[in-house]
Amino acid sequence: MATEAVVERRSAGHRLAGFFHGRRRLQISGLLAGPLGWLVVGYLGSLAVLLIAAFWTVDPLSGEVIRGLSFENFETLFNEPVYREIVWRTVRIAALVTVTDAILAFPIAFYMAKVASRRGKAILIVAVLLPLWSSYLVKVYAWRTMLSAGGVINWALAPFGLEGPGFGGTAVWLVMSYLWLPYMILPIYAGLERIPNSLISASEDLGASPFTTFRRVILPLSFPAVVAGSIFTFALTLGDYITPRLVSNDQFIGNVIFNNISNNLPLASALALVPIVVMIAYLMVARKLGAFEHI
Amino acid sequence: MKKHPNPARTAWLIAAGLVSIMLLLAGCGSSSSNSTSGEELQKVGKGEGALSLISWAGYVEEPWTKPFEEKTGCKVSDKVAGTSDEMVTLMRSGQYDGVSASGNATARLVDAGNVDPVNVNLVPNYKTIFSDLKSQPYNTFDGVHYGIPHGRGANLLMWNSEDVKPAPTSWNVMFDPKVAAKYKGKISAYDDPIYIADAAVYLKAHQPELGIENPYELNEEQFEAAVNLLKEQRANVGEYWSDAAKQISAFAGGDDALGTTWQYQYFALKGEGHPVAASPASQGFLPSEGATGWSDTWMISSEAKHPNCMYMWMNWIVSPKVNAEVAEFFGEAPAQTLACEHTENKNFCNEYHAENPGFWKRVYYWETPLSECGNGSSDCKNYNDWVQAWTSIKG
Repeated sequence: MATEAVVERRSAGHRLAGFFHGRRRLQISGLLAGPLGWLVVGYLGSLAVLLIAAFWTVDPLSGEVIRGLSFENFETLFNEPVYREIVWRTVRIAALVTVTDAILAFPIAFYMAKVASRRGKAILIVAVLLPLWSSYLVKVYAWRTMLSAGGVINWALAPFGLEGPGFGGTAVWLVMSYLWLPYMILPIYAGLERIPNSLISASEDLGASPFTTFRRVILPLSFPAVVAGSIFTFALTLGDYITPRLVSNDQFIGNVIFNNISNNLPLASALALVPIVVMIAYLMVARKLGAFEHI
Repeated sequence: MKKHPNPARTAWLIAAGLVSIMLLLAGCGSSSSNSTSGEELQKVGKGEGALSLISWAGYVEEPWTKPFEEKTGCKVSDKVAGTSDEMVTLMRSGQYDGVSASGNATARLVDAGNVDPVNVNLVPNYKTIFSDLKSQPYNTFDGVHYGIPHGRGANLLMWNSEDVKPAPTSWNVMFDPKVAAKYKGKISAYDDPIYIADAAVYLKAHQPELGIENPYELNEEQFEAAVNLLKEQRANVGEYWSDAAKQISAFAGGDDALGTTWQYQYFALKGEGHPVAASPASQGFLPSEGATGWSDTWMISSEAKHPNCMYMWMNWIVSPKVNAEVAEFFGEAPAQTLACEHTENKNFCNEYHAENPGFWKRVYYWETPLSECGNGSSDCKNYNDWVQAWTSIKG
């Protein structure tokens, strides 16, 4: 009896397999239907709604949303200097954080990929990933405590007659650079891992100094990885609004979106398009620089 | 053929697909937003076993939620909001049963149909609530009750008594640029558009030629003056705060020494032994100009999943003993007349002027700024203008 049932079940599975056999298109669409459906409906769909809402307006008297085509929100964004300044500040800090993280991450990633022993490598990877296991808010509040007037940074600098940066733009830059550093280290590490050691030996054999090897061999080969990492750090900084709120008085694009979302959704939507446009431009430059060649 | 798909054609197909989804979703959006607000409850039934609330910090605390849970079986989960804007945004998500809304949120929630009328006959403790809190413009609309008053108070001027001497008696320490410059970088201001009203209260006393009557009804000229005052203040502000925890940490860490606050932060800092002081009880906690304040209302969401529990909560929070407890914990005047017999400090209601309607004339409860001014003209700045101005003040 038991064997018969097994045979029975297997044949059902076989029949299903037989149905799909040879129908390659059906196989692929069956496999992708779920994730693709989510991507298109849940993800791109909500973006599309956002885009539409940016063209609506709010009735100044009742505060109700008027559904119709209008460029009022975009005019406000262009004409009010405060919005230009906020966008410029956000992009500037995002670029600064990206450069900082690239400079900090490269030596760490290089050590991990090319110098460290197998054991050392494992320890370093855990050390890089460890901060990602704790809550974002806890990390920002920890920095808030460290940066405060009576905090550990001022305490450590006091013997040298120096003072910490306190809360403000510098604090935002420091905290963001800390928060997003792992997202820069990991892609660079992966990129460096892929460079065969034989290339470095060959460069040496041909008489290149370590500096020349770095400049002519390692850097060009790992550059796409740096660009890939920079996409993370840049985009994450661009979209953050909690860090600026906790360690400074500066408004980022996200803060203004947050402030407008309950009473002027169209303006918030129009503002939300700004980082999207900036990111598209950034990704196009990144593509030119070869960040997606190995994906 | 199949080996060389036409990329342009594929792109067009994707674009067409996206547009159709867009239209579909936009259609869904408009149909759901047309829903009208529901009817008030006629009878409180059995509890649904759960209750999710949005509240100000210090309003929903274990000492009075635990006995509520034991009595009704409604398990309370609470989300603390820092500003009225946050409350409105959270309420519009439709995931909460009720909110302790201030006057600058109530009208917006009612207008958008996010809250339902409250049948006050189902809240027995409503009868004995102070009469000057009932049927107010921020809790009753067109004669329909939209909530149960929770309590009231004034926003405080708090300072670090070691850094700020002598003890200030006026808001000028924050708003007069010359005086405030003494505390440059140490001033803590509330991060919300409604804070413009604090500047208006100051101007009402110090620039009477502007003719400010109600700090929430400002015409172009008055509004401009208040906004400019806040732009000048910005240079001296150490931090803008919108959550209580952030301000507590700023005062505890010595970053800020002077600022606008709520009783909650003041008592929390005092409890931890920090040298903070606020306008004394003998002045009714008010600086000479008076102050902005709040009169909060428990409202029920029009999408409440646990309406019975919410009604039980609204009755519970204004029951004499609990209302006394929450008022003393937070540091505000209770809404319930009978609460005064239950306070631990027997002089509490006296100190907080709970039974003295004349006192509250100098406290300007938060309201939603509307285009219609009280005097019949409609050239006042509305809340949207306030939000835009707040963005430009912070820069």
